[in-house]
Order: sequence, then structure tokens, then C-alpha cells
Amino acid sequence: MNVVPGTVVEDPPVAEDPPAPRERTRRVITEVPSRADRRFNQITMGAGISVLVLLTLVGLFLMIQSSDALGETGIWTFLTRTEWRTDVTPARIGVLGLLAGTVLVAVVAVVIAVPLSVFSALAITEYSTAKRRKWLVGVVDLLAAVPSLLFGLWGFLYLSDKIVPISLWLTQNFGWFPLFKTSEDASLTGSIFIAGIVVALMVLPIITSVVREVFSQTPPGEKEAALALGGTRWGMIKTVVLPFGKGGIVGGSMLGLGRALGETIAVALLLPQVPQKIGESIHILQNGGATVSGFIANRAGADEFTTSGLLAAGLVLFIITLGTNMIASVVVSKSRSGAGVDI
Amino acid sequence: MTSTTSATSATPETSTKTTTMATASRAPRNRKRTARRPREFTTFDVWVLVGSLISALCLNWLIFYRLTAGASAFGFLLGSYVTFLAIFAIVTTDRVGRLVASDRVMTVVVVTAAAIVFIPLVLLIGYILVEGLKALRPSFFFEDQQGITPVMPATSGGGFHAIIGTIEQVGLALLWSLPLALAAAVFLNESRSKWRRPVRIFVDAMSGLPSIVAGLFIFATLILPFAKSGNPLFGYNGFMASLALAITMLPTITRTVEVVLRLVPDGLREASLALGASRARTVWSVVFPTSRTGMTTAVVLGIARAVGETAPLLFTSFGYDLMNSNPFAGSQESLPLFVYRNIRKPDIAAVQRGFAGALVLMLIVLGLFAIARFIGRDRSKRKARGPKPATPNSAQAAKQPLKGGSNA
Repeated sequence: MNVVPGTVVEDPPVAEDPPAPRERTRRVITEVPSRADRRFNQITMGAGISVLVLLTLVGLFLMIQSSDALGETGIWTFLTRTEWRTDVTPARIGVLGLLAGTVLVAVVAVVIAVPLSVFSALAITEYSTAKRRKWLVGVVDLLAAVPSLLFGLWGFLYLSDKIVPISLWLTQNFGWFPLFKTSEDASLTGSIFIAGIVVALMVLPIITSVVREVFSQTPPGEKEAALALGGTRWGMIKTVVLPFGKGGIVGGSMLGLGRALGETIAVALLLPQVPQKIGESIHILQNGGATVSGFIANRAGADEFTTSGLLAAGLVLFIITLGTNMIASVVVSKSRSGAGVDI
Repeated sequence: MTSTTSATSATPETSTKTTTMATASRAPRNRKRTARRPREFTTFDVWVLVGSLISALCLNWLIFYRLTAGASAFGFLLGSYVTFLAIFAIVTTDRVGRLVASDRVMTVVVVTAAAIVFIPLVLLIGYILVEGLKALRPSFFFEDQQGITPVMPATSGGGFHAIIGTIEQVGLALLWSLPLALAAAVFLNESRSKWRRPVRIFVDAMSGLPSIVAGLFIFATLILPFAKSGNPLFGYNGFMASLALAITMLPTITRTVEVVLRLVPDGLREASLALGASRARTVWSVVFPTSRTGMTTAVVLGIARAVGETAPLLFTSFGYDLMNSNPFAGSQESLPLFVYRNIRKPDIAAVQRGFAGALVLMLIVLGLFAIARFIGRDRSKRKARGPKPATPNSAQAAKQPLKGGSNA
């Protein structure tokens, strides 16, 4: 229906016999954009769609270019083989060993980062004055701004030495637990545990900011009700803020997991990046382990077949991080607290 | 529902209060009766805190350094902290009851967690500052790595070629991504297209894309297929790096700008439309000027993120020890690559050179961060005196969503 802007479309004048109300046509008001507006709409729409196209192209081109390696190895074999050897013919490459390391590093990182993030978010939203809040938010943002390379550098040359005694203590006292077991004379540097701690520092800001935003949306009425009933501050947090922000905590943690899975340079520096069997990888305190992204970064400029294999590994990483992030945004936006939260 | 639960949780508390009241009433009449508040924090509480801390430290010193051996400083600190919490909890429970005690203990835990976030940041900045200053000389800003051999000291040569590369690559990346990001943000916020939802989901997904995948994508699309053509434009060069960086910057800037645009009051838009302006004119003359500071902050933060990205460069500009000021031909160095390549070399001088580069990189990132903070500072106090502005403080909002998380 073409109408001049601003005109209200009236129903056709009704004759003497008014028809039943059901039959009335719905009134539709549309605008007729000017030429400039149409161009404007096209341009912005084009930009929006190009983002869609770009992300699709990323997946598509990785798939096309990795078909060499995938075709030769077979997709299923590629996904389930742990070793990566290009020195034998035919080359035996597979991504499972890399995936195991990736997931372990990410899980260690999230396990360490989530409690810290939730408590820092609480400190920001519930425990600080307006001025101190600004400072704390600034520190968390600054932590987010520090490049991954610097984290890796610091972790590699400084933090690693400080963590080795902790690893030693853990393995001496809790060595019966498979995760903390180490072989007899294993080196404790360059371990998944250390990489996980450094990655935890990197995903901490993003989890904190999602959780903080969710907490700050807690209805003040409910908080005040809890306090008015005589609850302490912690009582109020336990009964109002935390239940309200549950969805945000879960979603924020998953978002952090997605980031941790894709973390590249820091783990490329920290881990030896030699794929291991899963049974070896789970001994997180000892030297060893490889992640998909770090492995790719370390093999930049390799021969054609290896490169094709790396692109296949990149494709797997792409799909996994995309899936994790999508689930995270759905979890956050579906939860009661996260409706208006950007993640 | 919620209030019911808090009511139950509050009940024992009230009983605590009544008991204290009862004790108070047994005291002589002339003594002034004061109401006890759960959040009250007296000098005595400070002494309790300090006392628990000292006793915890002593106990753990005894355990870790006298009775058992081989514990690290970390074990001592962790043990002390746990013991401290336990002692503090017991003492406070004895004094003011379980409920108030749990509140106090949790306060301590929350404050500690917030403090723990500070520590690595301070350590990291301090470490890079100290190590970087050892090898950073003015020559770093004027020389490249020509004629540098492993036996030469760390202070010889410099990273001028890397600085030039970073400036060119990030500048070009901004050139590609900024128009697209602005248009996409306008699309998300100002249009009423049904495509907005999928586009938003994809922008979110893209911001979680590991940055090495962006580099791999450019490599797989533009470098690998043309590898045999010998055309320098489609080889390892700064231009390819700028494309990869643009992909990592695009979602960051789009989302931040979108948040800023959302803050522009609808009244302003409606006023403009009611005066007969087209939508394009409204965006250009009303929405953009209103959110200018916020958009600047968004762009500065986008740059700050792109400057430190390393992973996408490994497959695109590759790194080079000499000056190459032409971003369109031949591999090119940049600061992150300079650092990454140097600290992986076996000789100590190279590692120290890497630290000098890291220090420069860190100063650039911190400087950009400070600039973004400065632009986005709270100007409401100054504005209050002058004529009331119609602009909301859009920059305040832009500062906050730097949650891109560096995937580098």
C-alpha cells in the first residue's frame, strides 16, 4: 500500500449495514522513503549483510582449502587421530591430540577464572562505592586491553617459575588424583596447568563484565526487600543477586570458555605444542600438551600439505568456538537476567 | 518467592538481635542502649581482623617452615589465607552470631578476589617495564635489524621497521573496517530491517572468532590460491595483515558503536524526522554528532586491540628483519611480530630486544587506553554549570564494552 508519509490510512467508509468487526481489514501504515533514504537503507543493509557473508566465507574458504588434507586423511580419521606426523609417508595427521589440549587448557582457565570473576563482579556491583567501582571497572578493562602476546611473554618468562613449586606441591600431595599425577622425572614447566592459569587471566575480564552487567540488572526492589526483612548483605546476595544472575554466570562462563578455546599466542609460547595422547594430556601438571590455535601459530609457513592440514584444524577450531559462543549468547539472552545484556 | 527465602534467612538474625537486646537490658539502666547493625564495623572488629591474620600467619609458619619442609611461599600464603578465614569466622561467630559472621567472612572473600585481579596486572606491567628498560635505547626508534648478529649486545639495532609496519597495517585496517563497522552499527540500530537479528548474532559470533582464524582465512583466500602467480600483492605483505586485522576489528567497533548509538534519545531522532529530514540526514546530522565522543572512544579501543594482535599476522605479513615501508609488497615486520620472533630466538640479546619491543607495545596500548578513558571521561560535572546539553554521555558507555577479549 503506497501512502504519503504521515497519512493515516482510514478504513473505507462503512455503509449502513456495519459488518461484523471480524471482517475489518487491518490498517497498514507504510512510509515511502525518499531517494536518499533508499540509498541509505541499501548501504547500511549492505554493510550488515556483508558481515553475514564474511563469516560464511571464512568457513567456506577454510573448508575448500583444507579439502586436500581432509580428503587424503578422511574427515573421521582426522577428527579421531591424536598424532600429527608429516615426516612419514603417507602423512598421519589428526586433530584429536590438539583438541584434548585445547579443551584442557580452556577448562583449567575457566575453573580458575569463574569464581574470581563472580567475586570481582560482586565487589564491583555490591561492595563498592561509586568511586571505587569506577576504579575496579577500569582495572578489569585494562586487563582486557593487555595484548595476549604480553600475557604470554610474562607467563613464559616470569610466572612459569613461580608456579612450578605449586605444581610440585600439588603433585606431591595430590598425586593420587589422575589429573595431578606426573611421571617420575617429568619437567613441570610448560604445562597445561600453567597455560591455563595465564589464559584464566585473559578470560577473566570478559566473564567479569558479563556477570557484572547481569548483577547490576537485579531489580532493586527485590534487593531492598531482602535487606528490609533483616538480611545481611551476603544474605541478600545469596538469596536475590546470585539466583537472579545464574543465567548470566553460566553464559558468561561459556563465553569465557569460547575465548579460552581460541587463545593463541600465549599458549603458543607456553606449551611445547607437540600433540600427545589424551592419557598423557590429562596429567596437566607436567610439561607437554598442544592446542589447536597454538599449534597452527607455531607451524606458520610450513609446506603445502601441512598447511592444508593446519587449515583443517583451523576449521575445527572455528566451528567449535562458533558453537560455544552461540550457545553462550542464547543462554544469556534466554535467562531472566540477561534479556538486555550485550555479550 | 525471593522475599520468602530472605525472610527465612533473616529469622535467626533477628533472634541474634533479640538476645543482644536482652543482654543489654540486664545492664544498668543509665547506660545508653545502642541498636546493633549487621554492617557495623568497629575498631574492635579491626582488631579481630588483624589478630586472626597474625595468628593464622604464625600457625602456618609453624606448620610449613618448622614442622614440615618443602612447601613453597605460595603454599604458605594459601594455607595462611584459609586458616585466617577459619579463625576469623570462628571469632566473629562467637562475638556476633553465625549470620553476621558469614556476611563478614564473605566480605573478606569478595575483597580478596577483587584484590587478586590487581596483582597480576601490576606484576605484568612492572615486569615488562623493568625488563624492557634494560634494552630500550633511543636508537630503537630509528634503526632496524640490519647487520645484527647474535653476538651483538641487545642495545644495538632497533625496531623502527616494526613501528612503521604496525602504523601502516593498523592504519590500513582501520581504513577498511571503520566504514563497514559504522554502517553495520547504523544498520543494527537505525534500520527496521528483519535482517537485524541474524546480523547481530553473526557480529557477536565474529567477535568470539579466534584471531588466528582471521589470519588463516586471509591466507586461504588471498595468498594460497595465488602462491604460484608471483604477484607480490598476493603474497605475504602488510596489506594482507591489514585485511586480517580489519576482520578482528570489525566486530569490536561495530558492537561498541552500536551501544553508543542506542544511547541517543529517540526524541532527538523524532524531532529531526518531524522537521522533515530524511533518515539518512537524521543519522548524519543528529545521531552521529550526538554520539561523537562515544564513537571516538570505540575507535580508539578498536585500535588498541588491533595493535597487540599477533596471531593473524603470522600467516599474513610473516615478519621481516629489515625496513620495508611498502605494505603492498614483501613481508613486513610489526611490533607484535618483532616481539614474538625475538623472544623465541635462543640468544639472550634477542630476547632482551624482544622485551624492548614489548615495552614499546605495552606503552602504546596503555596510551591508547588512557586516551579512550580521557575522551570518555565523565564530563557531567562540568556540564552541569553550562547550558544543559542534550547529549547523553555516550563515551561512558563505549568505554565499558571492551570485552572483545584479546584472542591474539
